Amino acid sequence: MNMRALPITARITLPPSARRGEVVTVRVLVRHPMERAVDAPGLTPVPRRILHTLRVTYSGEEVFRMALSPGIAANPYLEFTTIAVETGDLVFTWEEDGGTIYRREARLVVT
Amino acid sequence: MMMLSRRVVLAVPLAAAAGPGAAADDFAAATGAILRGRVPAAEGIALEIPPLSENGNSVDLSVRVDSPMTAEDHVTAIHILAEKNPFPLVATFSLTPRAGRAEVATRIRLATTQTIVAIAETSQGAVHRTAREVIVVLGACVETG
Repeated sequence: MNMRALPITARITLPPSARRGEVVTVRVLVRHPMERAVDAPGLTPVPRRILHTLRVTYSGEEVFRMALSPGIAANPYLEFTTIAVETGDLVFTWEEDGGTIYRREARLVVT
Repeated sequence: MMMLSRRVVLAVPLAAAAGPGAAADDFAAATGAILRGRVPAAEGIALEIPPLSENGNSVDLSVRVDSPMTAEDHVTAIHILAEKNPFPLVATFSLTPRAGRAEVATRIRLATTQTIVAIAETSQGAVHRTAREVIVVLGACVETG
């Protein structure tokens, strides 16, 4: 497995700040083709290349996980909630077929 | 011109697809693996998805489960299944009490007109299930998997 996390284009939307204990909505849109394997006569074969797992940690603790499949639309979108507990980083790591890891962070400011 | 070329691309994988029974078997197996003999409750879970989609390549979907989301009683997993997709288990979301609410949304691909199922599992061992019929005008080209 490739342990070095690569950057990836993603739009992560959080409120500018949250009160402690508030449930905040997190929206994540990541640029990725979610390539399904193409293996049909007359078509150029394309190997499957999808993001199959997304893990989200908040100040180091895992708070959310998603298992993705070829049935997830290209440029995967996810919306979930988390309780604001302290100012800290939400770290998003995507794992791609073949073991490549992509990583993005977003800071949640808690007042 | 655009529509014509897309139809050509769509038609080939359709012809190369496995028999129509394969997806149904996979769907039943995936559902059975989640339920593990438990009888799901039909209430306490809401699935929102447009009843008609022009394009199966990106269909908005959201699921909300009634849950206190406490350490003792919270939703641990929400599964999305598409009865007639080549990979019927579309997504699984794993939640903790830190979520605060059991609400998720994503965008999925749909191969054809079919039933979409959402199943939620709780820390108390309960399961909730709901389903929606979705008409898809132009399916996502997922037949080749």
